[in-house]
Amino acid sequence: MIRSELIQKIADENPHLYQRDVERIVNTIFEEIIEAMSHGDRVELRGFGAFSVKKRDGRTGRNPRTGESVQVEEKHVPFFKTGKLLRDRLNGK
Amino acid sequence: MGDKTLTRMDLSEAVFREVGLSRNESSQLVESVLTHMSDALVRGETVKISSFGTFSLRDKAARVGRNPKTGEEVPIHPRRVLTFRPSHLMKDRVAAGNKR
Repeated sequence: MIRSELIQKIADENPHLYQRDVERIVNTIFEEIIEAMSHGDRVELRGFGAFSVKKRDGRTGRNPRTGESVQVEEKHVPFFKTGKLLRDRLNGK
Repeated sequence: MGDKTLTRMDLSEAVFREVGLSRNESSQLVESVLTHMSDALVRGETVKISSFGTFSLRDKAARVGRNPKTGEEVPIHPRRVLTFRPSHLMKDRVAAGNKR
């Protein structure tokens, strides 16, 4: 399933809404999640899963081709943990 | 670094502000989006949201696990797990926004 198919399904279920409003609704939801994480906040959607930000410490890396050492700075990365209900449903429970 | 936790309520509030539907309808729409994504995953589909990320499924083989407390061996059954791969845009914004 891709973004446009998701939008189409929501549009089909809500014939009273304009297609462009459905697009804005779906886009707003994903945008809000990214925006929250870019502030270091967590987004917890019970039954579905939780988006959070994890810190990766800085480290000395190595260029695999040349073997040269490179300093890799500390950074923050997005993380998703599947919710219990969805995890169970994926396994037919 | 933020320490807030957003929930469905915050997402429906954002939809309410952005589109001007009722609060009730906004929260139903948030729920529908999550339901459609979950249902597609349960059917075994990959869910690919451009500029957000990709949810995909992996089948894990059965293995023998161990209870770390008692040392007892326990069978772990084959199972399906969900992985999320963030888009470049998400990674870049999360990295930039949390930079000290």
